[in-house]
Amino acid sequence: MKFMQKVTLALASLALTATQFAAAQTLLNASYDVSREFYKEYNAAFVAHYKKTTGKDVKVDQAHGGSSAQARAVNDGLNADVVTMNTTTDVEFLAKNGVVAADWATRFPNHASPTTSTMLFLVRNGNPKGIKDWSDLIKPDVKVIVVNPKTGGNGRMAYLAAWGYVRKTGGTDAQAAEFVSKLFKNVPVLAKGGRDATTIFLQRNIGDVLITFESEVVSVDREFGAGKVDAIHPSVSIIAENPVAVVERTVAKKGTGELARAYLNYLYSDEAQEIAAKHGIRPSNQKVLAKYASTFKPLQLFPVSEYFGSLSEAQKVHFNDGGQFDKIYTVK
Amino acid sequence: MTSAILSTSPLAGNSQPKRATRRVLPGFKLTLGYTLFYLSLIVLIPLSALLFKTFTLTWVEFWAAVASPRVLASYRLTFGASFVAALVNVFFGLLLAWVLVRYNFPGKKIIDALVDLPFALPTAVAGISLTALLAGNGWIGQYLEPHGIQLAFNRNGIVIALIFIGLPFVVRTVQPVLEDAEKELEEAATCLGASRWQTFRYVIFPSIAPALLTGFAMAFARAIGEYGSVIFIAGNMPMISEITPLIIIGKLEQYDYAGATAVATVMLGISFVLLLVINALQSWQRRRSGGKS
Repeated sequence: MKFMQKVTLALASLALTATQFAAAQTLLNASYDVSREFYKEYNAAFVAHYKKTTGKDVKVDQAHGGSSAQARAVNDGLNADVVTMNTTTDVEFLAKNGVVAADWATRFPNHASPTTSTMLFLVRNGNPKGIKDWSDLIKPDVKVIVVNPKTGGNGRMAYLAAWGYVRKTGGTDAQAAEFVSKLFKNVPVLAKGGRDATTIFLQRNIGDVLITFESEVVSVDREFGAGKVDAIHPSVSIIAENPVAVVERTVAKKGTGELARAYLNYLYSDEAQEIAAKHGIRPSNQKVLAKYASTFKPLQLFPVSEYFGSLSEAQKVHFNDGGQFDKIYTVK
Repeated sequence: MTSAILSTSPLAGNSQPKRATRRVLPGFKLTLGYTLFYLSLIVLIPLSALLFKTFTLTWVEFWAAVASPRVLASYRLTFGASFVAALVNVFFGLLLAWVLVRYNFPGKKIIDALVDLPFALPTAVAGISLTALLAGNGWIGQYLEPHGIQLAFNRNGIVIALIFIGLPFVVRTVQPVLEDAEKELEEAATCLGASRWQTFRYVIFPSIAPALLTGFAMAFARAIGEYGSVIFIAGNMPMISEITPLIIIGKLEQYDYAGATAVATVMLGISFVLLLVINALQSWQRRRSGGKS
């Protein structure tokens, strides 16, 4: 690992020096897969804003991948200045290894998450199976497509949202476990990641309902044409935070601390929040949220902390090897 | 003693022992040094990094990581599916190589080039296109599904994907051997009254068997490590259609580096033993058929 780290570091710094000749200051944002379109638009807005307020030119590069694959890459030496993830455990992992500040969650407003998302259902046009809420997903004739919680944050959120639904409607943990187990018995294919799940549902035509992030719903309409699927808002769902943090290790070396903080702070501006809303990502700014109420239908949302302590505790209890999720498949 | 050894060396002949200890080809030490350096750099150092990471676990943790029911099921699936796929490839790969070597027909060059395609194609592309073909609404799948034959999103899909990526290995190892095989021997066998089957069984097969085994070993080894193409077609249900590489990715997702490398080490160990056995089989087969071991 040491050797590999050195090689990646050497390569990364080579690439860095190469780009530094070209532009005055560059910023690398390591982000998750499906945020590509949002950050493309946001970066353009930020560059213009920075030029106007400070008169300095800046160039923002993006690196996208699975959220936790990105976290591992940054941990192993990828010289990103900021990380913008879709799972808090990914940033907590970096904090544990001293790559980002230990108190990262308090450095920016709103638990360092400028935007959030939640889990919704997508059903086939006209909703032939009449799916309205979580309880419809455990009916014997319903096939559910969901991401494998072992390989994707999307799947972990879907699992926790289903669990939380039972708790929110007065059930016990034991009842929640039974409910989630029944739900996963209706899953014919565990998708690898969010986009893979969408492909299985829409292109392979498998399943009656897809559980996915609200932001995916917008991109489905864009890519597959509106009217192929209907979005269903369940009565209860979970708040999925999109945490951001400055990579202290990189900015200390590159001297880009100020810029990195400005970049993340601007995510909370009205302009950035509007861009997020257009991409189906829930803004934290209540004014903007209200303005886009037709996209973000109000539904009863609960934070992970309400039933699971934190996402990393949920990870330990539910998703690590031998945890609650494994029991669905190994205990007969 | 020395002369006995020397006489077996084809180059020793009658020359004096002193001269004979010098090799005919210069640069042995340099090239061996380079070989060792290169192998260490490309193969051994990354592998030892893997082992070191595994050693951070205690025995109990190691055992828990590599022998939980889900992981055991994945070994059975990965090695079983790879074995079946390699077997199928041996049979059809030989057929393909035979046709390409022994017959002339229009479009032969194109077919020859097509064989290499699975080498070049990104495996994810292979997986996605196979899934698109075989899924219930795909070109092929739509005709099979009504008859209860499901090829995608289960173990069948895994084997099909592995057959696809392993095919060139068998064809490309058998092809040159078939080309070099002496046709005169086959003619002689026919003259001596051998039936076609006997000619194949006693003349052709022994000469290509080592190459077939090599092709099998390569296709098998390639299939064990395959991730990209399988993942799209497997369905990925724990205990049923979850391959070992997916278990490793799953462990990495929960930042369990040590657990992931532990499973990888076990995989590596099994693969290494299997390849050793295949190599031994090969040299045994070669000795038996009278060639040099």
